[in-house]
Formats: sequence, C-alpha cells, structure tokens
Amino acid sequence: MSTPTLDKHSAALDAAEDGAAHLVTVTFRIRRFNPEVSEDASWEDFQLEIDPKERVLDALHKIKWEQDGTLTFRRSCAHGICGSDAMRINGRNRLACKTLIKDINPEKPITVEAIKGLTVMKDLVVDMEPFFQAYRDVMPFLITTGNEPTRERRQSAEDRERFDDTTKCILCAACTSSCPVFWNDGQYFGPAAIVNAHRFIFDSRDEGGEQRLEILNDKDGVWRCRTTFNCTDACPRGIEVTKAIQEVKRALITRRF
Amino acid sequence: MSAETTSAEATAAGASDGVTLYDVDNPAPVIEAPRKRTKKTGSASRGNFEMQAWLFMRLSGIVLVVLVLGHLLIQLVLDGGVSKIGFAFVAGRWASPFWQVWDLLMLWLAMLHGANGLRTVINDYAQRDNTRFWLKMLLYTATVFTVLLGTLVIFTFDPNIS
Repeated sequence: MSTPTLDKHSAALDAAEDGAAHLVTVTFRIRRFNPEVSEDASWEDFQLEIDPKERVLDALHKIKWEQDGTLTFRRSCAHGICGSDAMRINGRNRLACKTLIKDINPEKPITVEAIKGLTVMKDLVVDMEPFFQAYRDVMPFLITTGNEPTRERRQSAEDRERFDDTTKCILCAACTSSCPVFWNDGQYFGPAAIVNAHRFIFDSRDEGGEQRLEILNDKDGVWRCRTTFNCTDACPRGIEVTKAIQEVKRALITRRF
Repeated sequence: MSAETTSAEATAAGASDGVTLYDVDNPAPVIEAPRKRTKKTGSASRGNFEMQAWLFMRLSGIVLVVLVLGHLLIQLVLDGGVSKIGFAFVAGRWASPFWQVWDLLMLWLAMLHGANGLRTVINDYAQRDNTRFWLKMLLYTATVFTVLLGTLVIFTFDPNIS
C-alpha cells in the first residue's frame, strides 16, 4: 500500500518541479467595500495563475497574501465545517472552501461578492447578528422536564434518523442569505433558524417542540416561506432545507411531530 | 494589541445599537435570552391569520381546480362551445340553484385566493410601509367591491329584464 502512495507522491513532486504547465490564468472579480474609503461598493479585478484543482478560498488567499493585503473575508477551518466563508460566487451562494475553480468555468471572470440580505461591513464580511438572533430565537438547545437521568438519554436509530438531515447545519448563512423573502426586510426567521428548530422539534428526547412551533407560527415565521427552493440549492451540506420547512408547517397544522 | 482590542470593542458595540456585547467582565459575547413571550407571540391555541391564510390557499386551490375547469368546459367547449353563450344561456343556467351556488362559490374562492396571493406579493415586494399599506387598501377595496357586486348579481338576477 505504501509503495504506490510513495510513487504517486514523487510523481506529483515531479509535476511540480516541471513548472507551471498545469496552471491557468483566472480573473477574479471581487466586490470591494470599505466604508473608510468610499460609501459605494465597486468591482475589482485580480488576475492570478492558479491550479484549476484549487479552491476559490485558495485563490482569495493568494490575492490577499501576494497582491492586495486589504482584501477582507472570513474563514476559519477552510474545510467546509466551520461555516465562515459563505459567499456569492458567480451569483450563487457557496462555501469558498468547497468550490473548486475548475467547477465554475475559470475561462470567464469569476465574480465573488458578500452574501446578500445582511449588512456588509467590509469586502466579503457581513454583520451576521440578525442571522444569529433568529437562530437564538428558536431556542436551539435541548429542553426537557423532570429529573435528569443518571445515564445518557437513549434514542432509537429510527428516532435519530427522523431529524438526521437537519443536524448537518453548520450555520454558514448560505441558505438564509439566498432567500428572497429574507432579502425583503430581514424580519423573516430564515431557513437556517427553521432548520435548527426542526432539528429539536423532531427530536424524540426534546420536550420544547410546542414552544418552538409557536415561535415559528409567528407572522415572520414559517408561513412566509414561498418554497422557492433557493435554500435547498444553496446549502453546502446538502440539507433538504425546503422539505424541513414544509415539515414544520405540517407539524404546525397536524400537531404531530 | 491594545489598538486591536479597542477597535473590536467598538465594532461590537456599534453592531447592536449601543448594547455592548462583551467587555472586560464578559470576554465572550453575551448570548441574550431567546425572544420573550409576549402577548403578540401568539397563544398555544392553534393557528393565527398567516397560518389560516396558508391553509386557505391550499384548500381553495384544490376546490378551484374542479370549479374553474368545469366552468371553462361548460362555457367554452361542450355543447357548441363559445358561440352558444348569450343572455338566454346565462339566464337558463342561473334558474337552477345548483349553478347559482357553483358560480357563487367560484366567485368567492377565486377572488379571495387571488387577493391573498396578491397580498403576499405586496408584502414581499413593497419596499416602504406607506406603499405597502396603500397597495393593500386598493387591493382590499377592489376585492370587496367585486365580491359584493358579483354576489348581488347572482342573487338578484332577473331573466325578464328589458
């Protein structure tokens, strides 16, 4: 097993030593905004040589480290788990760390801008506070009554499966900031908050389901969803967001969950 | 280092309208309690207007499929098609209470269904509160007028009018 790995490794090293034959020239058109310089946001083009198998985040790093240090964006783990680097790439909300350059046609300029519906603070950094306020409002924690068990709270595999999809959320805001209802006035709870409510409403161990449903029964709750499916398309974790919202609606009407 | 801390605090303070999220005593952002339960939150009783409007759209939609397709079929396709429609045809149909109820139901459901749809469109797209309010007033006025006028005609229709 180790031998082929070694071979591959040296082959890759050879390719690297051969030079930059595999690199392509890509133009990144980035939406820049700096309130200390100008009130208006504007597009700025950056050209760089990059391996098309690299990710958009790598390109942003290259720009920030080698071309323009003032470029501002969030990233933390850089591996699609922390949910920091959701941005609008070629008009679609994606995680920069999960988007390969070869998958988004590097022959044309690649546009990168901040996610919509939240206040831009600088370049690609937005104020996430309204997003997290909606998240806090649905009480995303286990609510139980009675004495705490001395052992763990047991749950059958079927009961766990019921809400498995919505446990995958990483709170990157790609869904909420792709929702046209959220763009309107920002009062809608947004897909992410509803997904995280769904995760507890359908958890057999949780007893706060009624409370959460009442919160989402609000004027700005689930009933503002127009099933545009933008959220499902945007989710980098592949959560069926619109389906989860519809399940919450059904639970509100049938009171079975 | 100190300059960085100051700017971070300033940003945090500015972000939430003067409420400082964290300071020396709270190095991590304070997680505020979830939204308080007020009278406006809605009681545990089932439903509110938005929920009923949502349900109404689904149910009236199903009924309207039957009513409207049936209406179109009778008026435009069966038995000579559109050429047969005239005063006498309408008068003959409205002589029967069945067709009166059919048309009345269709009028009410279609108007309320359409009005509610437009209401959500206005809610979603109107940018200013004033615009939203007046567009909705216009919509409600038009809806009430059409529904009442239609109902009046169905119930007071006189086939012997000269």
